[in-house]
Amino acid sequence: MTKEELLSKLKTIIEPYVQNQEGLQNMSEDTNFIEDLEINSANLVDVILDVEDEFGIEIDNDGMDKMLTVKASIEVIQDKLAAK
Amino acid sequence: MTKEQIIEKLPYETPFLFVDEIIEVDEDGIKGSYTLKPDEYFYQGHFKDHPITPGVILTEIMAQIGLVCLGIFTLKEQIDKNTIGVAMSSTTINFYKSVLPGEKVLVKSEKEYFRFNKLKCKVEMFNEEQKLIAKGEIAGMIV
Repeated sequence: MTKEELLSKLKTIIEPYVQNQEGLQNMSEDTNFIEDLEINSANLVDVILDVEDEFGIEIDNDGMDKMLTVKASIEVIQDKLAAK
Repeated sequence: MTKEQIIEKLPYETPFLFVDEIIEVDEDGIKGSYTLKPDEYFYQGHFKDHPITPGVILTEIMAQIGLVCLGIFTLKEQIDKNTIGVAMSSTTINFYKSVLPGEKVLVKSEKEYFRFNKLKCKVEMFNEEQKLIAKGEIAGMIV
């Protein structure tokens, strides 16, 4: 899977939970889910669960703690995919 | 952990403690009950001369039994009474029957998932005639 494909899938997953639509339109690798997209911590859990289903991977507590930005999330997902 | 210990560890106090008894509990779900006292504070204003239990209070009863008690049971020893914090994060409840002062309600909750400190459950409330009062989904975070 290319990084672009991964990014596109991630964007589709987070979209329903985003409160700041402008933040979503301007989404970059540095975008922070809580600060920039105003996703709450409970919905961040839903994002992680949806990521697990979409990519067929399991995210542990360490992964969850890291996945606060788009960049970090892509890294965690790529690591888990590589370890499959 | 006994059913009584679960109630002792609840972070609520009168007039906002809405759990009398835990009837059954395991990792996947919980059943409990609460009897609305005829002099609960909210009957003074909901409604004028016509006391009916507010939907937000029914939701709170469902959350305290269905989510918080189940969460305490699930986390068991990790929970210290002085530090447990809970925050409701979402609710979708439909209401089917009203609840009058003095009525006893039974709450049944079934765990959907508990991941990363978020507990989400399907919760139902019944009256003593086993008629459905309310039904829906509630989620919360242990913080």
